[in-house]
Amino acid sequence: MSGAAVAQETGGVKVLGTRAPREPHLEIQGLRVSYGAIQALRGIDLTVGRAEVVALIGANGAGKTSTLRAVSGMLKPAGGKILLDGRDVTGLKAHQLVPRGMAHAPEGRGIFLNLTVEENLDLGAYRRRDTAEIAKDLEYCFHLFPRIKERRKQMAGTLSGGEQQMLAISRALMSRPKLLLLDEPSLGLAPQVTETIFRTLKEVNERGMSILLVEQNAHLALQLAHYGYVLETGEVVMAGPGRELLESPEVRKAYLGE
Amino acid sequence: MESVAAPRFSGVPGWLRGPLPILLSLPILALAQWATAQAPFLVYIASIVGVNVILAVSLNIVNGMTGQFSIGHAGFMAVGAYIAGKFSLETKDVYLPFMQSVAASDQLMFVFALLLGGAVAAVFGFLVGLPSLRLKGDYLAIVTLGFGEIIRVIVQNTEMFGRALGLSGIPQRSSIFMVMFWVFLTILAARRIASSAHGRSLLAIREDEIAAEAMGVNTTAYKVRAFVISAFFAGVAGGLFAHFVGIINPGSFTFVKSMEIVVMIVAGGLGSTTGSIVAAVFLTLLPEALRSIFTQLGGGDQTLAQRVDQIRMPIYGMLLVALMLLRPQGLFGTKEIWDVAPKWLSRRRKGMR
Repeated sequence: MSGAAVAQETGGVKVLGTRAPREPHLEIQGLRVSYGAIQALRGIDLTVGRAEVVALIGANGAGKTSTLRAVSGMLKPAGGKILLDGRDVTGLKAHQLVPRGMAHAPEGRGIFLNLTVEENLDLGAYRRRDTAEIAKDLEYCFHLFPRIKERRKQMAGTLSGGEQQMLAISRALMSRPKLLLLDEPSLGLAPQVTETIFRTLKEVNERGMSILLVEQNAHLALQLAHYGYVLETGEVVMAGPGRELLESPEVRKAYLGE
Repeated sequence: MESVAAPRFSGVPGWLRGPLPILLSLPILALAQWATAQAPFLVYIASIVGVNVILAVSLNIVNGMTGQFSIGHAGFMAVGAYIAGKFSLETKDVYLPFMQSVAASDQLMFVFALLLGGAVAAVFGFLVGLPSLRLKGDYLAIVTLGFGEIIRVIVQNTEMFGRALGLSGIPQRSSIFMVMFWVFLTILAARRIASSAHGRSLLAIREDEIAAEAMGVNTTAYKVRAFVISAFFAGVAGGLFAHFVGIINPGSFTFVKSMEIVVMIVAGGLGSTTGSIVAAVFLTLLPEALRSIFTQLGGGDQTLAQRVDQIRMPIYGMLLVALMLLRPQGLFGTKEIWDVAPKWLSRRRKGMR
């Protein structure tokens, strides 16, 4: 509670508490995205530190997914800069970013429904040639999600929603990313399954992976995240350590229904 | 996982594995050539079947494997036919002095004509592939349809290509050997693509383009490549067609021809190379078979035979409707014959028990 008391305003963003200093892994500076005449992102700044979990929360249409899509190169930004490991990667396409250690598990899971679980995972390692290491990562995914291992020969379309999400995350991990972008991993899942998934994310993060997490479930996301940003109509309105955002009256009122 | 072919030829040195199937095919083809020397009608029918197989298998690379719905394949065929045909017409009397005989020289020129036709068609494939980056589904289909028609109309109004009369007197240099050799090459290419990393990328694009992109597949490049490869083989098919028919005109490359090929791959199962082959052979022979059946039925009664002949095409249509009702995924679905056939056999065995 102590940190939240010293809230400060900088350029319209209410910043709570203090952030533990880390080497920046991903930096977004003044990112703008438009769909035709509609501005989805009006210049946002955001940093993900190395081995840090950063949550991006906000209502529908706030621009969360657009942010992820722009970062992973699936959307061309209208302006601003994206730095990965300090290098400018603005405007690079997804296929150029994946080899640079970025993986994106898109919204709605985006898995190949007509392929088997194993084939899906193979495609996750699409850019890699180190067969022995791929096998190791496959075992790691199976260790994280034993359910996926049980269903390895099954068509991905026959999996339950939760299993599909586990597969989507596993598949993203198969490219052995250093930075994982996750879009709504809790979407449409039972609370218990969601918990399993968030526990796994914590485990993955503790092994040194940076995670940028977009989530509607602010409670879960902020519990996991080291740092969080609140997005409203294409702008960052609040930022702070996960715990402190979770306890701030604004977030509680707007996103936790209290 | 890297190479499906590897265990099959495990005793063969690496450098030979690529060309080995081609070398093996040559004596078989020569035998076929020798066996059919006295049967010109058989050669003609087999050539038409061969050309259709090439067209179906190559279109399947775009429509089946990559999931981009193209319905202008006859356009690429036309490009190949006209370029190869025109080249052979112009160089009819050229004799390559380093070849031992005129026949051998002609064959070499023929191969060159085919490659030229294929290459120019591939360039057109690149041009049509470009819009496919932005368009999907129905919209892409309309663009490819438009392309096919544009090619035909341009040819129809170009003096050099004989306008509506087309080109005639193209030297008939085709042989069952050459047609089947290209059939073989096309199938080999399609199978090699399907079992390679390249094929898995195409598959990923077909299944879910966004997911494929997120995975790091360069979707743009792969889609264009699929179009280029497919157009190349369609162009070669056109060139072969021109050289055994001898006369080509724009009427041979209409929308109807494009649809015929689409029907073949849909009937065979989109994405299945063996399905495309079986359907292409079957649907090419079917009208011919129906023709001979009805001629025999009619016997001496010419008018009955004629009357029956008129319902030949409706029967063909009804068979297609029946197939789509019974097996909407096509003959083999997205699988190959060796994936599907064992299941059918075992099901039958169970039924007998």
